[in-house]
Amino acid sequence: MIRVVLPAHLRTLARVDGEVKLHVEGQVTQRSVLDALEARYPMLRGTIRDHVTQQRRAFVRFFACGQDLSHEPPDAPLPDAVTNGAEPFLVVGAMAGG
Amino acid sequence: MSKVRVLVGTRKGAFVLTSDGKRERWDVSGPHFAGWEIYHLKGSAADPNRLYASQTSGWFGQIIQRSDDGGKTWHQPGTPPGEPTTTPEGMPKGESNKFVYDTSPETGKPLTTHQWYDGTPHPWEFKRVWHLEPSLTDPETVYAGVEDAALFRSSDGGRTWQELPGLRGVKGHLWQPGAGGMCLHTIVLDRSNPERIFIAISAAGVFRTDDAGKTWQAMNRGLKSLYELPDPNAEVGHCVHRIAMHRSRPGVLFMQKHWDVMRSDDAGESWHEVSGNLPTDFGFPIDIHAHQPDTIYVVPIKSDSEHYPPDGKLRVYRSRTGGNEWEALTKGLPQRDCYVNVLRDAMTVDSLDPCGVYFGTTGGQVYASPDAGDSWAPIVRDLPAVLSVEVQTLP
Repeated sequence: MIRVVLPAHLRTLARVDGEVKLHVEGQVTQRSVLDALEARYPMLRGTIRDHVTQQRRAFVRFFACGQDLSHEPPDAPLPDAVTNGAEPFLVVGAMAGG
Repeated sequence: MSKVRVLVGTRKGAFVLTSDGKRERWDVSGPHFAGWEIYHLKGSAADPNRLYASQTSGWFGQIIQRSDDGGKTWHQPGTPPGEPTTTPEGMPKGESNKFVYDTSPETGKPLTTHQWYDGTPHPWEFKRVWHLEPSLTDPETVYAGVEDAALFRSSDGGRTWQELPGLRGVKGHLWQPGAGGMCLHTIVLDRSNPERIFIAISAAGVFRTDDAGKTWQAMNRGLKSLYELPDPNAEVGHCVHRIAMHRSRPGVLFMQKHWDVMRSDDAGESWHEVSGNLPTDFGFPIDIHAHQPDTIYVVPIKSDSEHYPPDGKLRVYRSRTGGNEWEALTKGLPQRDCYVNVLRDAMTVDSLDPCGVYFGTTGGQVYASPDAGDSWAPIVRDLPAVLSVEVQTLP
């Protein structure tokens, strides 16, 4: 299971409390995690990445294991600790949410 | 007894204010969608319980919300509360927050460019919905004016949106953003002609369609933007802040331009200035009395860099003559040390008799006048900055 932590506004939209746990098919990457997240919570489509270009929204950042992954290629494998569920994949709104 | 429901969009959520026909005592509900910018909420004239709201964020993009019970509960269209958000096959039921410019092979339109602030070409990029205008006859049909400027329509209650791309074809490559962004902020539907729609864009101007959105014409003859455009009489590029039309008189339009209050007596074919004795003709909103089509309201603002009332006095100005002759309305409004702004979508009128007038400020006050502007009182004083105010008159 992949653990994903969403910012408060997106938890409200998705109507979830706390972490989201996702089953991800195949290699665990930013893209595959976000694909699985949006498939389960379609109301989040367009909120983390653009509907069409799939580009990360400018004020959204991705972190895991203390690393900033925001500028990593979307198809790069995520750290093993994310893949095996030891660490969450963090979606963070930049600048403390405005 | 009739009652009114005032829908207020703010920088940090939506509020619903209700009162009976006297409009003296108010119930306040909210914040709805706390923490999000609510650019606009509006109810359907065909079904007053059907409300649409634009919930937006610089962080997380655009969300469309809908209520089918007059604002008690809300949901994203296509995902009713309590129901699964996907079909049994796992597909989302709606794409209510998906606004994609039309570049389809069917229309053959490539993604074009508009002008950036520095005059360089810039591709259209969707940012947010500024204004939602429900159809006058069908609760399922609603128009959305968006930034970067374009007009979208949904005919399935907000589940899906399609652009009316002909509009951007009217010299869209020359449109440019105003200080607030390049937004389509005003949509005026014509009760007497369902095929006719007026829209206004900052900074492009007024446009009209007579075939329900397939083709459009610029309607800016007579506008003069002396210090803002290299050609002050340009066909497009004017920073129109708001237009208004009375339901009983579809050929007559009023406009608050960046500077200048304007009037058209020929459905936008030409405009002439009616600023008259206003202390300043800069401002944002303009609206019309529900029962007197020549009675109009504006809120003069000092200048385009000083976005507050002249002399620290918050004054609504009313003309009973369709412009040129204006009177200051001050009773109940702060007449010293007031430095708020009133934004373009933040003034509205109800249809009771006497007509109620409402406006909201960037200081978080929402003022109501139950007597057509003669006197005012705050409904609320301390909301987040108000972006929009609409009112529904209910039986």
